[in-house]
Amino acid sequence: MTEILEQRKKQVLENGKDSYALECGKASTAGSVSQRACVFCGSRVVLYPIADALHLIHGPIGCASYTWDIRGSMSSGPELHRMSFSTDLRENDVVYGGEKKLYAALVELIDTYAPKAAFVYSTCIVGLIGDDVEAVCARVSREKLIPVLPVHSEGFKGTKKDGYRAACEAVFKLTGKDPSTPVSKFSINILGDFNLAGETWIIKDYYRRMGIEVVSCITGDGRVDEIRRSHRAALNVVQCSGSMTYLAKMMKDEYGIPFKRVSYFGIEDMSSALYDVASFFDDPEINEATENLVRSEVSALLPDLADYRRDLEGRKAAIYVGGSFKAFSLVKALRHLGMDTVVVGSQTGSSEDYEYLKEITDEGTIICDDANPLELSRFILEKGADLLIGGVKERPIAFKMGIAFCDHNHERKEALAGFEGMRNFAREVHASVTSPVWKYSPARLAMGKEARKGGES
Amino acid sequence: MLLRHTPKEVAVRSALTINPAKTCQPVGAMYAALGVHKCLPHSHGSQGCCAYHRSALTRHYKDPVMATTSSFTEGASVFGGQANILEAIQNIFNLYNPDIVAVHTTCLSEVIGDDLTQILNKAAAEGKIPAGKKVIHASTPSFKGSHVTGYSNMVASFVQHFSENTGKKIKQINLVPTFVEPSDMSEIKHLAESMGVKYVMLPDTSDVVNGPMDGKFRMYPKGGTTLEQIRSMGDSIRSIALGRVGSMAAAKLLDTKCKVPCEILDLPIGIKATDEFVDAMRNAAGVSVPESLMLERGQYLDVMVDMNQYTAGKKVSLVGDPDLLVGMAAFCAENDMKVLHVVSGTAPGPKFERRIKELCGDDVIVKTGAQADMFFFHQLVQNDRPDIVFGNTYCKYICRDEDIPLIRIGFPIYDRIGHSYFPVTGYRGGLRLLEKVLDTVMDRQDRDAKEEKFELVM
Repeated sequence: MTEILEQRKKQVLENGKDSYALECGKASTAGSVSQRACVFCGSRVVLYPIADALHLIHGPIGCASYTWDIRGSMSSGPELHRMSFSTDLRENDVVYGGEKKLYAALVELIDTYAPKAAFVYSTCIVGLIGDDVEAVCARVSREKLIPVLPVHSEGFKGTKKDGYRAACEAVFKLTGKDPSTPVSKFSINILGDFNLAGETWIIKDYYRRMGIEVVSCITGDGRVDEIRRSHRAALNVVQCSGSMTYLAKMMKDEYGIPFKRVSYFGIEDMSSALYDVASFFDDPEINEATENLVRSEVSALLPDLADYRRDLEGRKAAIYVGGSFKAFSLVKALRHLGMDTVVVGSQTGSSEDYEYLKEITDEGTIICDDANPLELSRFILEKGADLLIGGVKERPIAFKMGIAFCDHNHERKEALAGFEGMRNFAREVHASVTSPVWKYSPARLAMGKEARKGGES
Repeated sequence: MLLRHTPKEVAVRSALTINPAKTCQPVGAMYAALGVHKCLPHSHGSQGCCAYHRSALTRHYKDPVMATTSSFTEGASVFGGQANILEAIQNIFNLYNPDIVAVHTTCLSEVIGDDLTQILNKAAAEGKIPAGKKVIHASTPSFKGSHVTGYSNMVASFVQHFSENTGKKIKQINLVPTFVEPSDMSEIKHLAESMGVKYVMLPDTSDVVNGPMDGKFRMYPKGGTTLEQIRSMGDSIRSIALGRVGSMAAAKLLDTKCKVPCEILDLPIGIKATDEFVDAMRNAAGVSVPESLMLERGQYLDVMVDMNQYTAGKKVSLVGDPDLLVGMAAFCAENDMKVLHVVSGTAPGPKFERRIKELCGDDVIVKTGAQADMFFFHQLVQNDRPDIVFGNTYCKYICRDEDIPLIRIGFPIYDRIGHSYFPVTGYRGGLRLLEKVLDTVMDRQDRDAKEEKFELVM
């Protein structure tokens, strides 16, 4: 197999050949072109969709600039989250501390925008210069009578996963605050969907059709008041397990709310998500509604997929995504399109996740944790992938190599969740794989020449 | 109304930046380092910094952007990042085999106080840097300056580490462009080549971040200034720096360190600044201006004259990086457009405001540095309603809300292509800019004209 950094050898394996358990959860090896981000990034992406909250980034300007409206987390109402607020710490503040600036910024912002709550993100240097962010938040909270929540997201304090955890801790402080608004006994919270391209709305609609009340979405199209009463839902349904399981566990311990882990990508996983939730309530009406919903959606979807499948049968895919749960669903979804997964990796998978990936992929599939572009491009070549599924930094690598690409990350333009998401996914993959542009790629032209030569001799 | 949150009244803010019109130093340093051949930028800080900068540059250029990180952990932030970078250097050379590693710092490593000179000396002494390979660094704390400062610091660092005065002059001139697109770097080279001037340009991101699709992923694309070229800059007869804020540091350093005299010019945007650049090269290299450039100049001037009635009196607002703003202000003034506002998150010093006022007159509103952000810029636009806004992608919120056309220029541009391939500098760049302005103005006129005033011939 391709040359790999010594320290990373155990983070890559070939299914069927290598028997060791994949190492994971490690900080990226220093000096690798890691595709991973930091603690702050993890917190920021999780909390960002809460649209009526104020998100203030306490640190130098960069962290605010790079996260200004870069995820398409949609809101059906307020859009305060799409603004970028920063204390823009300068040298003086680094020397003398940024607490005064933070206080003044918070007061000014709360007076101007009257948000329902405020999140204050600590970036790397806040951890070093020793600002007492907790104290400033507590003071402003007392004075302005809204929750002002510090998010301990100093970039160096771990991996993106630790950022998810810091975000969960902040959100958790909002829960359990509204004891009076009536909530149905058939009710859930949607955890871990961020309403990219409007996906939360699709999922919410399915639950509505099943007769289930969605109390809150944490955090897609999120609202502070909904989160305040989220503790009264009967069940937490957790997607993107990497980011939100921690919150679900806290809510279970504190409020006794059980949780289920689900995925909304692909036909099987989407259907079982709905059936799992229905079986939890075990109500005949809900059961029937769920069956009807799945039947009508799937029977409408399958003929469309068959059309795409004809062209995609036998093509090979490489997957490199953030969370491993998404990777599971993608492997299965690609099978529906007749495509084999020959490379699959994630930024934040656990060792159990990778064991499961071994089960659902074929022998010879490369499985990797925290890949870098050089490795990825070599795996792709080695396994002859026709498609790469990844995020912003992977896209140009695929395109330079002359293979198709599907963004399954922040920059997805179409909803990929739910049954209609599966249809969009198939359409997008099909469009990219079968695009005429690849015909003109020098690599393909050379391959064509080779093939013709072979035929002649 | 995405920006319904922007009140029209301009209030004084002291502690707060809303919707920044700048970003931090390291991304500029990373971009500059990409403009050196077989150089791998390295971010000495948390791995998020590196991921964000790579994402930002990838979104802007739609090309792979390679850089490595020291991946700081909690331990590193207590005990310093020396162990991380030593490990990183070894891994980088083992796996990616660059010729040069260009380390830039981050707010984190700066506050910790890592002494990179000492650490890198140690790495060399311990044999961690293979023979013939180089590791250099630039100090780029995020809490000072902006991405333009970071770019400038990294370019100067290349000069500091590599350029030598060997005592044997080479009949070549140094060209040091400020933070501009690869297309502009190509255009600047085109001007020099047309005049038959031998030159070294540092940095040169053309053929790096606007590379062709050829079926291969390349860790190190074809373009970029070579190490040999950077060395030879110390023996050049003259340096011409284009864009004071981003390029002056390197050019001045070539002067003090290697005794290469320098000229600091504005970015060659618009006819006069391009003339001045051409003239500077003519003087420095003792060549004459060829017919081909006179033709390019003449064609641009011809369109300026032909279409002046459509640009005259148009009100414009500019936001972006200082060097680009000076160029754009000149371009607008030459075409008789009225510049209302000039805003930059980067604080370029008092000369900047003077220069802008020289070009646009005294009633232009100039604001830079703290609180010169998109929020403030939006308030200006709301109050004075220009005909055109020039700025980066983030202006689209403002322009959509106010129904004012936006011409994208600067960094970042996440939502259009073109900047990678078509310049705004030189005579041809001027023509392209003017075409953009005319398309914008005339499309509006066609859209808004009363039926009886709707014109076929314009």
